[in-house]
Amino acid sequence: MTIYIPTPLRTYAGGKDAIEIGAATISEALNSLTSEYPDLRKHLFTTDGKVRSFVNLYLNDEDVRYLPEKENSQVSGTDTLSIIPSIAGGWR
Amino acid sequence: MSTLHLTSEIFQAIRTHGEDTYPHECCGALLGRPGEHGWVVTDAIRAGNTRTDSAHNRYNIAPIELVRIQRSAREKGLEIAGFYHSHPDHPAQWSQTDFAEAHWLGCSYVITSVEKGRAAITNSFLLAGTTEEDKHFEHETIHVGDAPSAQFESQQQANQSIKDQR
Repeated sequence: MTIYIPTPLRTYAGGKDAIEIGAATISEALNSLTSEYPDLRKHLFTTDGKVRSFVNLYLNDEDVRYLPEKENSQVSGTDTLSIIPSIAGGWR
Repeated sequence: MSTLHLTSEIFQAIRTHGEDTYPHECCGALLGRPGEHGWVVTDAIRAGNTRTDSAHNRYNIAPIELVRIQRSAREKGLEIAGFYHSHPDHPAQWSQTDFAEAHWLGCSYVITSVEKGRAAITNSFLLAGTTEEDKHFEHETIHVGDAPSAQFESQQQANQSIKDQR
């Protein structure tokens, strides 16, 4: 599958905007990604291994949080996983 | 101090968006390329504000919209350079909410104050730092004007040599 890296994290992924990973599940893909690029880990996960609250993961166009099996969902070579930090704010 | 480069058309588009959505906050993404001293923006993409419960003082861009914006940027050979939003009847300064919700390190956050429906001041803040723990906003200069293509090329060459040295 292809994992798309957002602008702020490319520094920790060898400057790449997309990385090909062979994996059976989303969780496996993320493990492979952070094994290859360990500096990404602290930006994606909390110290207890959970995906940071402001990090959104999209399998193709689906929010991983709402998939029945979440990060244990099966993936294929043609799937894409987008890592998207949230964007919000306001004057108050 | 870094500089955010905007064409006059994009600068105006950002400000007009804030007037169009007044008294609600507008929001959108900026696409571009890294320049020598800051982002060179080539596209501004309007986004919807999903905070319909409190749109006069909050904004949020749906993640799926960000996925599509990131996809569009990639297809154009561009990067997400930053984001913009408006502060209706409030100063063009980042708020604690803006700071707490800012996670795109190295990107520019542009804020336009809209006073009684008219765009007033537009400021840009670079989200500097390397982690959530040391992140901070740095005020940056906004340069409004057309960036010559030769400048793009020299900036890209310079950036490539920096990457090659790493």
